[in-house]
Amino acid sequence: MKPPRVPDNATEKRLDDIREQAALGHLDAKGVRPSGSPFPEADAEHGYYGLPIVKAPVWTWEVPVYFFVGGAAGASSVLALAAQLSGAPHALVRDARWIAAIGAAASGPLLILDLGRPERFLNMLRVFKPQSPMSVGAWTLSLFGTASAAAAIGEELGLKRIGDAAAFVAALSGVVMATYTGVLLGATAIPVWAAHARTLPIHFGASALASATAVLELRGHDARALNVLGLAAAIVETSMGVEIESDKSVTSEPLRYGATGTTIRIGGFFSGPLPLALRLLGIRSKRARRAAAASALLGSLITRLGWIEAGKASAKDPRPLLD
Amino acid sequence: MAVTGFLTDSTLCIGCKACEVACKEWNDVPDDGFVWSGLSYDNTLALGHSTYRHVKFVERQPQAGCGGNSAERMTWEFSSDVCKHCGNAGCLEACPTGSIVRTEFGSVFVQPDICNGCGYCVVSCPFGVIDRRPDDGRAFKCTFCYDRQKAGAEPACAKACPTGSILFGKLDELEAAADRRIAQLHEAGMNDATIWNPKETSVGGTHAFFIVRGDPRAYNLPRSPEVPTRLLKQSWSAAAVAASVMLAAAFAAFSLSQGNAGVPPAGPAASRRRGVR
Repeated sequence: MKPPRVPDNATEKRLDDIREQAALGHLDAKGVRPSGSPFPEADAEHGYYGLPIVKAPVWTWEVPVYFFVGGAAGASSVLALAAQLSGAPHALVRDARWIAAIGAAASGPLLILDLGRPERFLNMLRVFKPQSPMSVGAWTLSLFGTASAAAAIGEELGLKRIGDAAAFVAALSGVVMATYTGVLLGATAIPVWAAHARTLPIHFGASALASATAVLELRGHDARALNVLGLAAAIVETSMGVEIESDKSVTSEPLRYGATGTTIRIGGFFSGPLPLALRLLGIRSKRARRAAAASALLGSLITRLGWIEAGKASAKDPRPLLD
Repeated sequence: MAVTGFLTDSTLCIGCKACEVACKEWNDVPDDGFVWSGLSYDNTLALGHSTYRHVKFVERQPQAGCGGNSAERMTWEFSSDVCKHCGNAGCLEACPTGSIVRTEFGSVFVQPDICNGCGYCVVSCPFGVIDRRPDDGRAFKCTFCYDRQKAGAEPACAKACPTGSILFGKLDELEAAADRRIAQLHEAGMNDATIWNPKETSVGGTHAFFIVRGDPRAYNLPRSPEVPTRLLKQSWSAAAVAASVMLAAAFAAFSLSQGNAGVPPAGPAASRRRGVR
């Protein structure tokens, strides 16, 4: 316990000073530190008391999970077509088509669940607006869902022509599925997303390719092409991580600090350097290839969650918009 | 039909919040939370899904000699914020359902019977105006009293404003009025009064614009707001590159490495290739 203070000349002089200042209407006492101080200011530097300028995304877990599932499905349809045209094992083509179809089938419900009015989901197809990435995405998913289902089912029913034609359409729409989500985030008013409008489509595309190859490998397929493509994706993801780490701007702080920074870094580690190393080992070792696949799959999911959360953090910070 | 606008003149605002009340009453807007913010007299804090007018209270150090304020006293400015009804509106461009439209009055309007609450307008507004109402599921913002305008009446906030701080009228006439008002204020010695209307940015000017004193950033009015559609070209270009590379890489990887598959080949094409090697 603190000993009781004893009044002396100095303490009493100070109290007299405070009284005189108060009588003149201005206290400059340094010791005044009320709870909550320093108080928020409204000026050019802090904006309006440091309050956010833009609104945070209202999206919950369904959207990043959709980015992950839809991206993997889209890239899987690309792998299906490439494998089919280059004469890869039939089982690989069949599985890739089914992964695309099942992923597309799961994507719709995820997006509908996220709507504020799910029963009105068909309004998405009321108009087509090329200037809205959300509209482009809704139409792409509709096309991709139909084509990827037809490709997988056509194959099962022995309707080779229909299946192959549908697989072609699925691959072309699938490659849009794998990349458009980067545009969806990039072309917004959220500072950290807008600052990466050019890199996000590449980042998400690589992430989608990595997860598609990973699902096929974990299903037991061992084509060398899968390891090569996984390696290429891991290289892109590693360079993305380097870019994020070397970006010291205020706008990109949510990618490096706080809970969102941690999420982005964990996602980046499992998407980039770790699978990169494992894939190099995987040239000889099947076990390393499996580990790389699991890592890339996990990294892809965490990365998408991280970017959505980083957007929410970015919206709360007015500084990038006060230049 | 003439394009209409709002000129909100902060130098006339007394912070009474009659505009907030009138807006809530006419538009039947639910409460926006019961909080004491501690930020001057502002307990509304921001525009949002249930706040279409918001009076800001800016407390700050003055510029000496302006408008009768002496340097020893702080200034206390009030400004009623509202949806800007942008010339190039981010929310309108982003809306995938066509729920958000431009009306015959030039304003930006959300059709509540179409909106499915996708939330893309929320992240596309450079001013943080539109938001999704959690218990309703749809997005809401200032309607510019579209219903009242159709009936030939002025918006509720403008009608209720007791000081003429919120002016409603034809946009071009308001812009001329703002220029006259600024000249008048400067003549009176209020040299820090400025017009905020981002005409030189990609937003392309706003139909609701403001006269404020000092730096508009103190009111969270950015100097160079941009409509997100300006990023579409570079972002889609990157997507096109990524897509092309992915297709090319997939075909190259499979064509070049065929024959190393661990699963036995099933198709005749695969065995033929294998035979060649």
